[in-house]
Amino acid sequence: MLNLTIDGKKVSVEKGTTVLHAARKLGIEIPTLCYHEGVSPYGACRVCLVEVVKGIKTGLTTSCTCLAEEGMEVKSDSPRVLESRKLMVELLLARCPEAEKVKDLARKMGIEGVRFKREDKECILCGLCVRVCQEIIEASVIGFINRGANREVETPFQAQSDVCIGCGACSSVCPTEAIKIKEMFDKRILETWHTELELKSCKICGRYFVPKKELEHLKEKIELPEDIFEICTDCKRKSLTGKIGEIKTGAI
Amino acid sequence: MNDKMKRKVDLEKVINKYKAEKGGIISVLQEINREYGYLSEDALKLVAKKLDVPLIQVYSIATFYTAFSLKPRGRHLINVCLGTACFVKGGNRILEKLERELGIKAGETTKELRYSLDTVHCIGCCSLAPVIRIDEDAYGRLKQEKVPEILKKHK
Repeated sequence: MLNLTIDGKKVSVEKGTTVLHAARKLGIEIPTLCYHEGVSPYGACRVCLVEVVKGIKTGLTTSCTCLAEEGMEVKSDSPRVLESRKLMVELLLARCPEAEKVKDLARKMGIEGVRFKREDKECILCGLCVRVCQEIIEASVIGFINRGANREVETPFQAQSDVCIGCGACSSVCPTEAIKIKEMFDKRILETWHTELELKSCKICGRYFVPKKELEHLKEKIELPEDIFEICTDCKRKSLTGKIGEIKTGAI
Repeated sequence: MNDKMKRKVDLEKVINKYKAEKGGIISVLQEINREYGYLSEDALKLVAKKLDVPLIQVYSIATFYTAFSLKPRGRHLINVCLGTACFVKGGNRILEKLERELGIKAGETTKELRYSLDTVHCIGCCSLAPVIRIDEDAYGRLKQEKVPEILKKHK
């Protein structure tokens, strides 16, 4: 176990714990945008900055990527930390003025105006979608392209992807709702990734409910009875409640 | 064996050379870029397949480094320096002259694939400002009227 102090409060955590987790254990709230428990930390959004005291030196670092050390002293609410976080959010707000989560943070931090050139982007380049697609879905469809001011999240050649299964995990984790997915009858259209996928229809009700490619991917990954992939969630629920009903009325 | 097939064989040789190395992708891309002057879509797809890495990873690297080009490049690469010294000494005017002479803008390549024109920030010989570099040769203390003559040397 490692012992460290955060905002004057002592906490002991296991080796390999991040400062962010240690703080959460103490109930200290640190804002995050690019952090997600399911994937490896990345330190991209800079919103979770904290001050770490090392001897006579103190430095700012992202708490989501900083591992706890024995005797470490962390400040999460010093004026320097709060000022720096505020600046980060102001920069994000200048880039994505319409992103709800960014607007929320700005409101909480008391940011009134943006001093920087406003853009109308939706993506804050936190890479959460990239990590989910790579680590959880294991499809590696999207990634960062170009660099510096031209950096973007894209598919290879900015064209329809052969490997995208259309699961939409990228869209569901995106903190700024930058990834647009819509469904049109028998197709799922991932506009942001220039990709269209055919949907499969439910054997019972005929509703188109899941991309064919996602089913193939699932079949490879987990062993489940074949027919489970044939019917939609609604019909599954109905057949299940039907069965329960039968049990209760003594039909089985 | 047609031209396209020959290329493919060569590519595979290059890929196999670096296959075992960690971080071999960059070495492979460098060599392909050197051989063909650019990285084609097919080349990147082949590299991804043979090295067993996701295509997006190869594409990310190829777009990250300015040393790689995704479009065919000219036989001669013209770098116009716009670093501080050259900028003050009128590097922009040299660039304008080159753009007029070649009929292309910075970052583009002439139709017959003879020249590619790029700007750079300092090539390390500020005393020669304004300076341009064509392939390995540097031309310093340039004036606009000297440009056509220099271009003639690199056909």
